[in-house]
Amino acid sequence: MDMIVCVKQVIDPEAPPASFKIDAASNKAVMAGVPPVIDPYGEFATEAALKIKDAKGGKLTALCLGNALLREVVKKPLSMGADDLILLEDPAFVDGDAWSTAFALAAAVKKIGKFDILFCGREASDTNAGEVGPALAEILGLPCVTLVKKIEILDGKAKVERMTADGYEVIEVTLPCLLTVSNEIGEPRYPTIKGIMAAKRKEPVVWKPADIAVEAGKIGVAGQRAKMTKLFQPVKEGKCEILTGDTPEEAAVKLALRLREAKLI
Amino acid sequence: MADNKGVMVFCEVANGKLAGIATEGLGAGRKLADALGEELAAVLIGTGVSALAEEAIKYGANKVYVVDDPLLNEYHNDAFIAVMDKVARQANPQIILMGQTSIGRDLAPRLAFRLGTSATLDCIELAIDPATKRLLQTKPVYGGNARAIFTMDTNPQIATTRIKAMTPLAPDAARKGEVIKVDAGLQPSAIKAKMLQKVKEEIEGIKLEDAQIVISGGRGIGGPDGFKVLAELAKPLKAATGASRPPCDNGWVPSTMQVGLTGKIIAPEVYFAIAISGSSQHMSGCSGSKNIIAINKDPEANIFREARFGVVGDWKKVVPALTTKVKELVSG
Repeated sequence: MDMIVCVKQVIDPEAPPASFKIDAASNKAVMAGVPPVIDPYGEFATEAALKIKDAKGGKLTALCLGNALLREVVKKPLSMGADDLILLEDPAFVDGDAWSTAFALAAAVKKIGKFDILFCGREASDTNAGEVGPALAEILGLPCVTLVKKIEILDGKAKVERMTADGYEVIEVTLPCLLTVSNEIGEPRYPTIKGIMAAKRKEPVVWKPADIAVEAGKIGVAGQRAKMTKLFQPVKEGKCEILTGDTPEEAAVKLALRLREAKLI
Repeated sequence: MADNKGVMVFCEVANGKLAGIATEGLGAGRKLADALGEELAAVLIGTGVSALAEEAIKYGANKVYVVDDPLLNEYHNDAFIAVMDKVARQANPQIILMGQTSIGRDLAPRLAFRLGTSATLDCIELAIDPATKRLLQTKPVYGGNARAIFTMDTNPQIATTRIKAMTPLAPDAARKGEVIKVDAGLQPSAIKAKMLQKVKEEIEGIKLEDAQIVISGGRGIGGPDGFKVLAELAKPLKAATGASRPPCDNGWVPSTMQVGLTGKIIAPEVYFAIAISGSSQHMSGCSGSKNIIAINKDPEANIFREARFGVVGDWKKVVPALTTKVKELVSG
């Protein structure tokens, strides 16, 4: 099985909310003092691909788009067990919408050539958009299953389970295909010492827009169809009414009474 | 595409009825259509869905496009995208709304990119910009830490709406509308991703997404036994129980109970966050709750910044006493 997984470097979604700030000048979010990470859903997608590699063998290439990417961050899929890492790294690639980002990724996928499954996360933890995967499927003309939690490889097909609100669907999809992976796939594996050492020695391949033959007007900011006009933090009233008592039990009784009074229970 | 006119709502059907999210979409769509002074169209896709056209009209649609075909019995994305593409090209709306459901989040982006436009998923607010007459699409980003407003210059402007974020109109049998049948024109071979089976996972008690009240526990609950104590509080309140990520990662409760960025996104009337610190990861799943009640021994916990009511104390002492009093109040 030849597989490709798209991953993204993001600000750490597990960081304390207090470190989250919006830089008004750039209209961008920052996690002050917290280093970036590989997006959790990209890790779930990597895990999904590695499970197949464990069972069936094959090759996994990780693909990451951005600029000034931190090597120790973007090498995470390598340390987990991916074979190669390709970076689309250039100022022209960044700040795109789902469409212009997928446009560049699709060109890179075409350049990589043969593959059986292209993986993406269900969504990224920063934009929470969930659109790059479906966009790649449209550009590349691939069948696509989203919200995948289990994958079984059959002859020329994959049998996958897709999350729904009250359970899951079992879907058979022809290969090659695109799958977006949900967290129910299972916890991403920890990199082994061997994996970390191998990742250290491996240098990523870096592709510029010219390497994948994309027009400047179709990638990054220039290629956007959806434009973010405003990014803001919702105003919190921050007026929590704390119920107190001489004992925790007394406070609990007061809380119950207050909730009743407010018609919440 | 200057001739695009009107608002279109893709209406999901569940158990032979208009799904709740469809009536919410029609409610939101009606407002937008009125702000534009244009018509609201509903789209019904499925097998035997023609009978629901009148329902869609009662909920605010001026027109209903019905695509009734045996091949559309279940959601197959290849089929639904092709059909929506056809309907959208025929009706030429400037806005298309869907629900942020397992169907809408799959269908909306594919349709958008096939039509040469874009989509904004999981919107919690939609409005027409009075100056430009374009759709302002507000959605939570960064796991709910921030919100972003998107616009697009391409048509149709496609958005999905978060469950319960929009309000349906009261159904009115006096509303009149037109029903337009559209031929699906599908070949079975178009379906590359074929659904073999639908599995319903029965969970005990009330579903997280549907519950008016949710009781969630965090790392501080300490183990599976603690969640039994929370279940006791859930019973008299007819509440569902949930969890933040650590209890799921530790195997204390099934991962289907997880509320958060990597779990379920819910918006109940009342959300009890018990021994939950309120990380961004968790708040992404519950920040839409109308009232958050926090019980935590750490007065500095972030959850108190999000909560309306709170008790600072050990949940092991607070929750049993709260349960006893709640039982007394709701039975009395």
